[in-house]
Amino acid sequence: MTITIYIPRDTASISLGADDVAKKIAELPEDIKIVRNGTWGMTYLEPLVEVETEKGRVAYGPVTVSDVDGLYKAGFLSGADHPLCQGLTQEIDYLKNQERLTYARCGLIDPLSIEDYKNNGGYAGLKNALEKSSQEIVDDVTTSGLRGRGGAAFPTGIKWNTVLAAEADQKYICCNADEGDSGTFSDRILMECDPFCLIEGMTIAGLAVNATMGYIYLRSEYPLAKEILNDAIRIAGQNGYLGSDIQGSGKEFNIEVRIGAGSYVCGEETAMLESLEGKRGMVRAKPPLPAHVGLFGKPTVINNVLTLGSVPVIMEKGADYYKDFGIGKSRGTIAFQLAGNVKCGGLIEKAFGITLGDMINEFGSGTFTGKNIKAVQVGGPLGAYIPPEQFDMPLDYEAFQEAHAVLGHGGIVVFDETANMKDQAKFAFDFCAIESCGKCTPCRIGSTRGSELIERGDFKLMMELCDLMDTSSLCAMGGMTPIPAKSAFEHWPEDFKK
Amino acid sequence: MVDLDKAQEIIAEYTSLPGGVLECLHGLQGVFGYVPKETIDLIADGFNISRAEVYGVISYYHDFRTSPAGRKIVRICQAEACQAMGSRELTERVEEILGIQTGKTSENGDVTLEAVYCFGNCAISPNLEIDGKLHARVTGEKAAELLKGENA
Ligand SMILES: Cc1cc2nc3c(=O)[nH]c(=O)nc-3n(C[C@H](O)[C@H](O)[C@H](O)COP(=O)(O)O)c2cc1C
Ligand code: SF4
Ligand code: FES
Repeated sequence: MTITIYIPRDTASISLGADDVAKKIAELPEDIKIVRNGTWGMTYLEPLVEVETEKGRVAYGPVTVSDVDGLYKAGFLSGADHPLCQGLTQEIDYLKNQERLTYARCGLIDPLSIEDYKNNGGYAGLKNALEKSSQEIVDDVTTSGLRGRGGAAFPTGIKWNTVLAAEADQKYICCNADEGDSGTFSDRILMECDPFCLIEGMTIAGLAVNATMGYIYLRSEYPLAKEILNDAIRIAGQNGYLGSDIQGSGKEFNIEVRIGAGSYVCGEETAMLESLEGKRGMVRAKPPLPAHVGLFGKPTVINNVLTLGSVPVIMEKGADYYKDFGIGKSRGTIAFQLAGNVKCGGLIEKAFGITLGDMINEFGSGTFTGKNIKAVQVGGPLGAYIPPEQFDMPLDYEAFQEAHAVLGHGGIVVFDETANMKDQAKFAFDFCAIESCGKCTPCRIGSTRGSELIERGDFKLMMELCDLMDTSSLCAMGGMTPIPAKSAFEHWPEDFKK
Repeated sequence: MVDLDKAQEIIAEYTSLPGGVLECLHGLQGVFGYVPKETIDLIADGFNISRAEVYGVISYYHDFRTSPAGRKIVRICQAEACQAMGSRELTERVEEILGIQTGKTSENGDVTLEAVYCFGNCAISPNLEIDGKLHARVTGEKAAELLKGENA
C-alpha cells in the first residue's frame, strides 16, 4: 500500500532544509507518495513531516536529513514513536488551541490542488456570492465586522461600499501583498499555502464592487509566493474560476501578480498605486481617496492579503458566524505572528482578545535563548516596544490604541534582556531614513536628525523632533516612527544613559 | 558591450503592459544582472516617458542596480526580528569573512553583500540568503561554512 507523506513547501520549511528531507525520504525503499503541503504555521517544528496513518496524520519535527534513517528504523512510516514524534498533528496544543477560519486549510492541503481546495470548503463562498447582488455581498462584509488586516484596521465594508457607489467604466481590486513589517509572514503563508483562498477573496471583492481586474502587489522578497500564485491563477482560470465567464455566471474577473522592488513605503496604499503604475513609489496626498481615484485614476479597492483572504469564510459561513469571534469592535480572528527571540515561533490564528502575555508565554514558550524577556515590539517597525509589565494587554485594536501602541499586522517580535533599547530606537530612525519616500521634510530629514540626536545623547530634542514628525508627516512612515523610538526611551531610560 | 537588440526585445515584451515599467526593469535585470545605462533611452522610448523618469524609477527602488553585481550575491536581513537573534553580530562576521562592507562588491567581482529588510522568515531568524537561497537560524559558524571559499 502506498504511504502518503506530507512535507511542507513554504519559504520557512525550505530554508530549514525541507527540500533535502523530501528527497531523502523519496529514496527510502518503500512505496511512498510525497505531498508537498503548505505549512501549518508551527515554524518552530519545521520541517514538519507528517505520515498518513489509520489514526490520522502523525507529525514528526523538526526533521533534518540526518534524522531520516533513524526515523525509518524506528518505523515512522507506520506512525511509530520517536523522539521527534509530536503525535497526531491535530492534537498538537499549538494548533489545537487556535481558532482557524482564514487558515483552515493551511497545512492540510496541497496548495495547488484545486480539488483539495474545493473538498475543504473552498469556493463555497464564491458560490454563495454569485447568488447575491453586489450590495448584498458588501452588506455581508459590513455585518461581519471585518476590518482591514494590513494595519490601519479600517472597516472593509465601508471601503467596498464607497467603491461600489462610484461610477466608472473600470474599477480595480488591488491586493496589498507588500508585507514589509519585520516580524510578519502571515500574508506569505496564506499565499504560499492556500493561494486559492486569496484568489477567491479577490474574485468575491470584484463581484461586490463590479471590478473585473485585480492586481496582487507582491514584494520581491517573496519569490516562492510569486511562483505559487502564478500557478494558482493559471489553474483557477483553467477551471473556470477566473476569466470572462466565472462558473457560467457571465461575470468576469482576472488577476495579475506584480512585483515590487524592495521599498517599504510601497506598502502604503497610495505609494503602492504609484508603484503599480510603474512610477517611483511616492505617497499621494489624500483626498482623493483611492476608492474614488485609485489605480490608473479609477475607483479601487485596496486590501491586505488577509482582509481579502477572510472574505471566503464570511461568504461561506455567514457574516454572523465570523462576527461571533472577537471582542468589542475587533471582530473575527487575526493571524498573530510570533517572531524574533522566541522559542516556538510561528503563526497563530486566534480571535481578538487573548492577552499579549498568553500569546508569548503559552504559544511562544518564552525566549529562544532562555533568557528573560526585555521587550516585545508589536505591529512592525512603526509599532511600540512593550515591556513585560504590560503583558496583560488584550490583543485588540482599541486596547492597543489606548496604550499608544499598535496591533498593525499582528507581528510580535520578542527581545531578550541582552537587547539595547537605545540601539532599537536609533534603528527606528535609521530605517525611516532608508525607506522614506522623501515627499515631506520631517520624515526625509527628521529621520536622519533623530538618529544623530540619539548618538549625541540629546534626548530632549529627540522627543521634540518626535512630536514634530508625529504631527506634520504626510503618512504613517514619518508619523509613526516616533512610536518605537519614544516607547524605547520611556520604558528603558537606563539604556540611553550608557 | 551590452546586447541592445536583446534589451529591445525584452523591453518590447512589457510596453503593452499597463504600468509595466517595474516589470520591465525586473525583466532586464533578470537577464543582464543589472539595468544597463545604455538601455535607459530604449525604455524611455518604449514606454513614452522621459529619460529622467526612467532613471528616477531605477534609483528609487533598492532592488535595481545600474552596474553589475558580484558573481555571488549575499544578502542579510537587518530588520528587528533578525536583530533580536543577533543579526548585527552576524553581519559583522559575514563582512569579516567576505572582506567587504555591506552594500559593497569585492574588488575581484566575486561577491556582493547587501542588506534586506525582512524576508518574511522572522520566526526562525537570523536569515541570510546566498544567490536566492534562503538560510534560517544562521550562526557565525554556519555562515562561515556556507560562505567557505568566498572571501577575496
Ligand atoms: C509605511 C506604510 C507601510 C504599509 N505597509 C503595508 C503592507 O505592507 N501591507 C498592507 O497590507 N498594508 C500596509 N500599509 C497599510 C496600507 O496603507 C493600507 O492601509 C492597507 O493596505 C489597506 O488594506 P486593509 O484595509 O485591508 O488593511 C502600510 C502603511 C504605511 C503607512
Ligand atoms: S511621511 Fe515619509 S514616507 Fe510618508 S509621505 Fe512623508 S516622506 Fe513619504
Ligand atoms: S526580520 Fe529578518 S526575516 Fe523578517
